[in-house]
Amino acid sequence: MTLMYGIITGIVFGFLLQKARVLRYDKQLGALRLKDMTIVKFMLSNIIVAMLGIYFLKEFGLVELSVKATILGPNILGGLIFGLGWGLIGYCPGTSAGAVGEGRFDSLSGILGMLVGASLFAHTYPYLKSTIYQWGNFGKITLPDVLGVNQWIVLAGLVVCYLLILRLLERKGF
Amino acid sequence: MSNTGRPWNPYVAGALSGLLAVISVLVSGKYLGASTTFVRAVGMIESSLSQTLVENPYFQKYNLVIDWQFMFVVGIVIGSFIASQIDGSFRVQSTPDMWKERFGKAWRPRAIVSFVGGVIAIYGARLAGGCPSGHGLSGLAQMSVSGFIAASCFFIGGIIMARIVYGRG
Repeated sequence: MTLMYGIITGIVFGFLLQKARVLRYDKQLGALRLKDMTIVKFMLSNIIVAMLGIYFLKEFGLVELSVKATILGPNILGGLIFGLGWGLIGYCPGTSAGAVGEGRFDSLSGILGMLVGASLFAHTYPYLKSTIYQWGNFGKITLPDVLGVNQWIVLAGLVVCYLLILRLLERKGF
Repeated sequence: MSNTGRPWNPYVAGALSGLLAVISVLVSGKYLGASTTFVRAVGMIESSLSQTLVENPYFQKYNLVIDWQFMFVVGIVIGSFIASQIDGSFRVQSTPDMWKERFGKAWRPRAIVSFVGGVIAIYGARLAGGCPSGHGLSGLAQMSVSGFIAASCFFIGGIIMARIVYGRG
């Protein structure tokens, strides 16, 4: 059943990504070249709705958070390395799969590259574990934890920030 | 939906995908993500070649089997295929338009850059602990500090590389 949920969720997600055109190299590079903010609009709308929904359900004990650990070394270095690769491939792991679905076959060599990269990572992990992973481990923390403020206040603040960013993008004509 | 080739408003599609993320967590307890699947896929390939290849602490962290997220990624291909068939936007293309304008329509240079980009991107995503869906969407929706850090770094690195590839303007 878990596998069925997985494929159904994927199909709906892929459908929406394609309909918003965010799977495309041109849209992703458009954002990175600060010319076309379609993917940012898509991401922020997703985050606002998902954040409200997840925290609302969590309030009633219906869902649990699954927070990734904050370790400054890997988060920052890995994030920057991902970004550099992203600027070359023009797809992220999820959208590279979607790009194949709409016929953008340059993503196939990218997917092959990702398989090679994943293998490379697995085989260098023991070394990374004793170095980069040791730098700045704060565990599984959320913004409300860090600020020591009620989660609904932080959440409301973030929603306001995101809406202001979106309004700014619209005004600037992105 | 009836208009052929017309994209949906990104706010509408984004909000619907956010709703999908909430339903997924409620129904199956799963947050959207994609990059672990590449680890599982290559792990399964390597274990079919030789079991000793996957006797390493990273592969050992994961069950090298087809799981929820693996099916999720397969689903993305199908969903995108269906959507692009419905509105006629499916195109077999081996060089994206923006790339073509700058570097021409030869497919080989694009394939090589795409491959190299893929190697670097997934290496970084695994080190960071997730990709734009895992860290970006799911992380930020949970107000995870790692999500804010990783997502900012994704864009910083990406903007730098886009500038290297395309120059100013």
